[in-house]
Amino acid sequence: MEQFNYRLDYLRELESESIFIIREVAAQFENPVILFSGGKDSILVTHLARKAFYPAKIPFPLLHIDTGHNFEETLTYRDEMVSRLGVRLKIASVQELIDTGELTEENGFNATRNYLQTPVLLKAIEDGKYDVALGGARRDEEKARAKERFFSHRDEFGQWDPKNQRPELWNLFNGKKRPGEHFRVFPISNWTELDVWMYLAVEKIPLPSLYFSHTRSVFERDGMLLANHPAILRRENEVPFDEIIRFRTIGDITCTGAVRSPATSLVDIIEEVATSRTTERGGRADDKRAETAMEDRKKQGYF
Amino acid sequence: MNQEKAELLRFTTAGSVDDGKSTLIGRLLFDAKAIFEDQLEAIRLTSERRGGDEVDLSLLTDGLRAEREQGITIDVAYRYFSTPKRKFIIADTPGHIQYTRNMVTGASTANVALVLVDARHGVIEQTKRHAFLASLLQIPHLVVCINKMDLVDYKEDIYNNIKAEFEKFSFKLDVKDVHFIPISALKGDNIVDRSQNMPWFEGSTLLYYLENVHIGSDHNFIDARFPIQHVIRPNTDEFHDYRGYAGRVAGGIWKKGDQVTLLPSGFQSKIAKIDSMDGELEEAYPPLSVTMLLEDDLDLSRGEMIVRENNQPNVDQDIELMICWFSEKPMQLNGKYTLFHTTREARCVIKEIRYKLNINTLHRDQEDLKIGMNDIGRISIRTTKPLFFDSYRKNRITGSVILIDEGTNATVAAGMII
Repeated sequence: MEQFNYRLDYLRELESESIFIIREVAAQFENPVILFSGGKDSILVTHLARKAFYPAKIPFPLLHIDTGHNFEETLTYRDEMVSRLGVRLKIASVQELIDTGELTEENGFNATRNYLQTPVLLKAIEDGKYDVALGGARRDEEKARAKERFFSHRDEFGQWDPKNQRPELWNLFNGKKRPGEHFRVFPISNWTELDVWMYLAVEKIPLPSLYFSHTRSVFERDGMLLANHPAILRRENEVPFDEIIRFRTIGDITCTGAVRSPATSLVDIIEEVATSRTTERGGRADDKRAETAMEDRKKQGYF
Repeated sequence: MNQEKAELLRFTTAGSVDDGKSTLIGRLLFDAKAIFEDQLEAIRLTSERRGGDEVDLSLLTDGLRAEREQGITIDVAYRYFSTPKRKFIIADTPGHIQYTRNMVTGASTANVALVLVDARHGVIEQTKRHAFLASLLQIPHLVVCINKMDLVDYKEDIYNNIKAEFEKFSFKLDVKDVHFIPISALKGDNIVDRSQNMPWFEGSTLLYYLENVHIGSDHNFIDARFPIQHVIRPNTDEFHDYRGYAGRVAGGIWKKGDQVTLLPSGFQSKIAKIDSMDGELEEAYPPLSVTMLLEDDLDLSRGEMIVRENNQPNVDQDIELMICWFSEKPMQLNGKYTLFHTTREARCVIKEIRYKLNINTLHRDQEDLKIGMNDIGRISIRTTKPLFFDSYRKNRITGSVILIDEGTNATVAAGMII
């Protein structure tokens, strides 16, 4: 029997695996939510969720952890997408908890609200009684994430215990939990940055304009280009200037570095990523604080 | 952009720190240019801090703080690289006996297993254990990498002796396709480029092998199995009567119009449509996730299975398994556990422990029947409802189960149906 024709190219195989995971979430959990940041990875997870349940709508709401330091373009994209897909959007606001005094903001030049996302996320999960949160984390992003499961168990404090993870074999994912515990599920664990871009191009998925080359007022700090924005306090010697840039990742304004780039299309971006010599998280100030920064944040309940 | 048609190959590496496994992976990633400058800079700094002269490529694969502190690998780590021909997923697993569960985890989805042998030490207990686990988990292709050839002057007879020694052991195992490659991960011999130091070796380099090994037959395309994962009912005006059975094809090739049998009911129907968001599909085959629509209005649910009338799986509540135990709490004879099999959930009781296997000698111990952490044994179980299964040899998806502790919810065992 000639079986040559029954081979999937790797993007279809990754897609198929992710759809399986997302459907497994619908089957094993009662109240799932998709973590949506407006970045390409959460856009991809949302797109795959559409595929998983077509022609039904995505049966879960999206949850945006809003640091209050967003690029305008991200919010525009988010609201447009939500209305196009007909999904519910929940917003958990870092600003609100700062205003009520439940959180204290960092001060100074390197102040970021990135760390404040963890308590806000945990509170939103508790308040919404979500028993699972789907996220767009990938194993190729960072060394602690390389050891993450598809179905990642969190205790009643939302903590990750990397030394006591459930083994994951074959297609069998164990989502059993006690009341008060929850799961994080990462359907695109096996995708690399390049895979994501290739797939977004093949599927012709619209993306926020921040990912494409544009002129922006930026300034330089520790070799990184940061947006000139009221949310970031500039030192006296940090003089803003106009530059042709794009963003490789989209997060909180205070810790998202820009790269000089002329890439105006997905094909340009793919070429750039394929020949790039630094990782995409190399532009993230939040990972530069310590060698185990991500591992430490994840243990506390970060995504 | 020609990567779009490239296939995906998953492989697992087993070996201890001393075998140079991390160096081998580091070398593959480095030579395939999957290591970025900022990562290289980070490990260069760490190497310097520890007083090393050269950049230690093995540092790339240490993920967690405890691992770096202790210089060991605790958990399965997944690594990625690609060449124009294929995308690769490496399940990098620690080799010590206490981490058998991680090796089994990494092996469960692998197309290829790399087993590392230190050329100075030859086949040791650990080599046998890795080869045995690869055969138990039915990894279709096994590559024995005889590493550190630079430390034995690249001698052909050392390679030949180790090969012969391995074959003497492996003929007892159920492995179909074994390959041997003499390498030096540290120096890069026969990893990506052919070694100038071993002109006597006429086989392919490791990367060439990984890029070209035939994996098209690794799925079962004969025995049609479609476990129902989720039922899609849009309840909209446009799709008022739509009832789609979503799932991932576990075996066989499916087409519209196929006559099918449904389990457990035994009812018959026909495939009306194989659906996806990208439109109707001509065919579905493993490992595609699709949605099947049937001609008859039947009320099927998760855990049921669509098959063919003339090719049905076993339907039974009494099942024989090879089991690998993962929990510190030993398996309880007559104990009850939750069981996952395809998309079906049941409970089961451990009826009998037939033997415990010594994974170094392959001796079947029928006296000491205590199955503890990392032990492998043969057992029989009875389930609360029938499972629709094949032997693991025939189909890794419909032939595998996990057991879950009902108190802690931990996954305590992986089982392969005999």
